[in-house]
Amino acid sequence: MSLKRNILDLRKRKDEVLKGGGEKAIEKQVAMGKLTARERILYILDKGSFHEYDMFVEHAARDFDMDKMTLAGDGVIIGTGTIDGSPVCIFAQDFTVAGGSLGLMHARKITKIMDHSLKMRVPLIGINDSGGARIQEGVNSLAGYGEIFFRNTLASGVIPQISVILGPCAGGAVYSPALTDFVFVVNQISKMFITGPGVIKTVLGEEISMEELGGAKVHAEITGNAHFYAESELECFEQIKQLISYIPWNNTQKAKVREPAKPTFKKKIENIVPADPKMPYDIRDIIKAITDKSEFFEIMELFAPNIVIGFGRMDGQTIGFVANQPKVMAGVLDCDSSDKAARFIRYCDSFNIPIITLEDLPGYLPGVDQEHAGVIRHGAKILYAYSEATVPKITVIIRKAYGGGYIAMNSRHLRADFVFAWPTAEIAVMGPEGAANIVFRKEIAEAEDPDAMRQQKIQEYKDKFANPYVAAAQGYIDEIIEPEETRKMLLHALQVSANKSISSPAKKHGIPPF
Amino acid sequence: MAEEKVETIIVHSAVYRTEYTNKYRNRVRWEKPDDNQILSFMPGTIIDVFVKPGDTLKKEDPLLVLEAMKMHNNMLMPFDGKIVSIHVKPGDKIPKKYVMLEVKAI
Repeated sequence: MSLKRNILDLRKRKDEVLKGGGEKAIEKQVAMGKLTARERILYILDKGSFHEYDMFVEHAARDFDMDKMTLAGDGVIIGTGTIDGSPVCIFAQDFTVAGGSLGLMHARKITKIMDHSLKMRVPLIGINDSGGARIQEGVNSLAGYGEIFFRNTLASGVIPQISVILGPCAGGAVYSPALTDFVFVVNQISKMFITGPGVIKTVLGEEISMEELGGAKVHAEITGNAHFYAESELECFEQIKQLISYIPWNNTQKAKVREPAKPTFKKKIENIVPADPKMPYDIRDIIKAITDKSEFFEIMELFAPNIVIGFGRMDGQTIGFVANQPKVMAGVLDCDSSDKAARFIRYCDSFNIPIITLEDLPGYLPGVDQEHAGVIRHGAKILYAYSEATVPKITVIIRKAYGGGYIAMNSRHLRADFVFAWPTAEIAVMGPEGAANIVFRKEIAEAEDPDAMRQQKIQEYKDKFANPYVAAAQGYIDEIIEPEETRKMLLHALQVSANKSISSPAKKHGIPPF
Repeated sequence: MAEEKVETIIVHSAVYRTEYTNKYRNRVRWEKPDDNQILSFMPGTIIDVFVKPGDTLKKEDPLLVLEAMKMHNNMLMPFDGKIVSIHVKPGDKIPKKYVMLEVKAI
């Protein structure tokens, strides 16, 4: 007897599931400017690499006449595939099926693929597009979220976890993305919030649109919940592929090494930086002047742009860059920038990515708002993250390295492996203006012409302390280098650090100032 | 013609030329709170007002009831004092930080 009948039956069943929520629901999805869950997976993964599991899982709701309904795949697609040849696990909520709502079996499919990715030590990509909890399934739906959050936490620092918000993601659902390493959002499509505009209007009388409350721009620029912002889903998928190219499969491996290449940035590195430490420039130009092919993949570009973080390559190896940005907010550390940098440092440390720190900052941002927002505990995060990190840590002081900012930005004292300084570097407790005002307060006050005296004393202080040699005399700086030598020195330092091995006291875990 | 606005940040007496973020531009500047103003801590509806101008009250005497987040909140007199003026009446819907009453210590 031929197997044909069984095979045809299987195909028919699969075709049925592939229809998702049906034509009408898909039309609606398209009308919202969104791709379908399956299309999204196919765009992200290598052609022909996707393999789906649990297609025939049925939902578990029995109340409210739900037992009479069939929900294709229970509203979520799970599977494995590859990106640029590297294996990944992936799930995508299907908004066309019961609004992508999360019930017991829906959650069980997600936790199944999460368990799989943790066991196989490969990255996990989750595409969120869901109306939220399936209310008909009650506490089972809440249990489902809890099981997901628990696994996000367990997998944190072991495998890369990526969340892609391509639709609504509201209420408790937001906490899965929040626990993952990188969150991608798309303009007009992503909506994330704990409490929606409707409730806010009812109880608080504040009227706000979904986009203004929790749209992509809001999370990329104001809340810092999102790491990557795109104008379209296709742009977002390209960003995901690029990110995957920079990071390793798991915390026991290193990122894939590419063919080494020279920078293509034409401007001479020393011409980027103004001699006056009070004048701005774009620190990203310095990064591009030293990375392979002058490529820099920036993370959280719009949030706290006074610090720049992202990946580049040096001699083919992935490097995490942390750099003060004089162009924005004079490059100060504040609550947001400390938070942003600290999390990135911990990411690099977890995934064996060396960190290069480019330093040029006047210190912490003064202000009542900062103090009251907790700049003490937020600022402490960056100290904690640098101190704790055991990957190769190299610092280049470009110009200003004042006070607490100097200590925080991967100084020798936090166990930096190499600290280099340009001859323009100024390592001091504060800038000459502030220092002269304090040290020579009496002379300035008693002078016939206090302003002239102040300028004279500022100059005296500048001549004596506004340089890298005082710190170098103490051995806090390893070498003072010419700007053009920066890449060469960094490559050498990375080479020397390749087998770095240090140990810290045994502990269950530290208690960082979260 | 729009003149170019130079944005600067001052750290330890040094003036740095730079650009602000929108978040910084839109930050709420701190103002010293006026203890004599009784402000709404949340937007809501006035349910009842128990006092009138000129009344003398003890600390923690009830002033009015503000419904916010479906809760009836009793607003109390912060110290021994007098009611100077009242800016709300029952039924009023008011925003957050609205001056409901002005009081004065005695």
